[in-house]
Amino acid sequence: MNSRDSILAALREHAPAAKALPDVPMFDVGLPETLPQFIATFERMGGKWAGTVADIEAEIRARFPDARVVCSAVPEVAGTRRIEDVSDPRTLEDVDVGVVRAAFGVAETGSLFLSEAEYRVNALGYLPQHLVVLLDTADIEPNLHRAYQRREFHEARYAVLMSGPSATADIEGVLIRGAQGVRSLTVIAAPKV
Amino acid sequence: MSKPVDHVNIARKFIADEDHIQFHDKRLWSMRELRDKQAHGIPEWEDLRALASQIKEHTLSNLAGYLEEFERKAKANGVIVHWAADAAEHNRIVHEILSSRGVDLLVKSKSMLTEECDMRPYLEERGIEVVETDLGERIQQFDNEPPSHIVVPPIHKLARDVAEVFADHIGTDRNNADPHYLAESMRQATRPKFIRAGAGMTGCNFAVAETGTVTVCTNEGNCDLSANVPPLHIASIGIEKLIPRMSDLGVFIRLLSRSALGSPITQYTSHFSRPREGSELHYILVDNGRSKRLAMEDFWYSLKCIRCGACMNTCPVYRRSGGLSYGGVYAGPIGAIINPTFDLKKYSALPFASTLNGSCSNVCPVKINIHEQIYKWRQIVAEAGYLSFSKKMSMRFAGKLLGDPKRYRKWMGGAPQLLAKLPRAFLYNPMNAWGKQREMPEAPKQSFHEWYAENRKKENK
Repeated sequence: MNSRDSILAALREHAPAAKALPDVPMFDVGLPETLPQFIATFERMGGKWAGTVADIEAEIRARFPDARVVCSAVPEVAGTRRIEDVSDPRTLEDVDVGVVRAAFGVAETGSLFLSEAEYRVNALGYLPQHLVVLLDTADIEPNLHRAYQRREFHEARYAVLMSGPSATADIEGVLIRGAQGVRSLTVIAAPKV
Repeated sequence: MSKPVDHVNIARKFIADEDHIQFHDKRLWSMRELRDKQAHGIPEWEDLRALASQIKEHTLSNLAGYLEEFERKAKANGVIVHWAADAAEHNRIVHEILSSRGVDLLVKSKSMLTEECDMRPYLEERGIEVVETDLGERIQQFDNEPPSHIVVPPIHKLARDVAEVFADHIGTDRNNADPHYLAESMRQATRPKFIRAGAGMTGCNFAVAETGTVTVCTNEGNCDLSANVPPLHIASIGIEKLIPRMSDLGVFIRLLSRSALGSPITQYTSHFSRPREGSELHYILVDNGRSKRLAMEDFWYSLKCIRCGACMNTCPVYRRSGGLSYGGVYAGPIGAIINPTFDLKKYSALPFASTLNGSCSNVCPVKINIHEQIYKWRQIVAEAGYLSFSKKMSMRFAGKLLGDPKRYRKWMGGAPQLLAKLPRAFLYNPMNAWGKQREMPEAPKQSFHEWYAENRKKENK
């Protein structure tokens, strides 16, 4: 017998008595208003909330004046490099600022949903030094139970709930942003076009 | 079978340094306090724990069926699925995948399973460089130590220890123990590895049968770099990680980081369902003793564990002995009940590294009866004849004393006076573990039995 079959046979032989699978409620009654809750949790997780801005491109320039390479995956921002022109993720190594739009947000955890549909090249969320994410504030799920009902989770090859910049507290409990991934994560409120 | 782990003596070395033990204890307790704050902020917290426990018990009662469903979905999604009966087969499979594609550098995110399989030395002996990209795990890799905590691998180290390790391995300034400087130096040293690596490896927190999805929860972004930059991604999955439905993730993700670090969620909760365009995705489903554990009537519940570390953070013994003193891959209360399933003799001391206070069970997000299992393991250790000589003798003495009311009262009658009159050196000496780092409370003047007898007499007058 190969390992697969012998593992499955052993599990069948020793299975504990059958137990019922419970239904999971949505726990979504009486929750706080989604946008203020999203902002509060997102900032607690270390994210920067920029709110609505007049000119997104100018806002990014103002926030990152030293940025040489801005790689954009959104039509609202031209940047200096288009993600459509990137085929090898490794070439994103020199990017100072990445720009992408989240599919939706989650208020409870201050999370942004991102997948290959938004990134085009997934490494855009991690190799740049900084990440700017556009979010339609009309599309924020109140909690994780509701978020996991979204079809996007079933459609994506790769999906991430991103809830702040890269962080670590592995050395003496001191919180450090930018362990390996992006040093900062900024959200700009912008309705989907 | 290997030599028994001497928990007490390894812990003694760790405790000897006051700075270390003080920091360790406080840091872990602060994580416990943050966990409480999060838990109290969610009215349905206890419902979530009950649901998580029920979902896990249901899945484990039909694990073969869910594994087949998971495999079927994953294959349909274009994932290559492998099965490994034990650590050796797991390591062989990983090596086969890497060597057949000419990979000589593997970047990986933290995985307790690959620790369990002792995979790094296996690959390194065969010429494949393995880079742990989690900061804490990299510190432990450099220092040639296992992780001392499931979530914070180098929690037993101070910044000055890390400065020493980094000075030796990445050439940082030995005298600069600023955590920001140290973390930034590691970032600079590790980032080029992601670019050069031929493959990335991750563990798995939850494997969703319904969709064939692997979910990984991390904070540093190193998992997403490992999986999204190189053209090949291998995920090692313990077979107990299965959950039935995508919607079940709502329950577990809400519990995991709140229980672990006291944060609402990890910075990155990543879901891998299908390979990236133009790249390969492999799953390795690993048994390594899990099916055997499922057959243990009293102990299969430990398979519900989601590796949050809450039981470690709250455990007074773990906080004051350090993870390395458990001598196995898993430390703390969960280690005390998992490690003996691998090797009873080797880990026979661990079920005694507990006060049976039950705090571990109370904070466990999947409601594992950890302290009850610890108690049951003690009986098994005693039956197997693995009790230490001093424990056997003191238990024999206590058994006689406690089993004989007359003898007990006689002894107790003199005990408070005896305690009060004892010279300090008798209590606070290296022979008496209970006199360490604590002052004895003042003994009451009389025992409860004496008090009751006296008051009963007064009442009857």
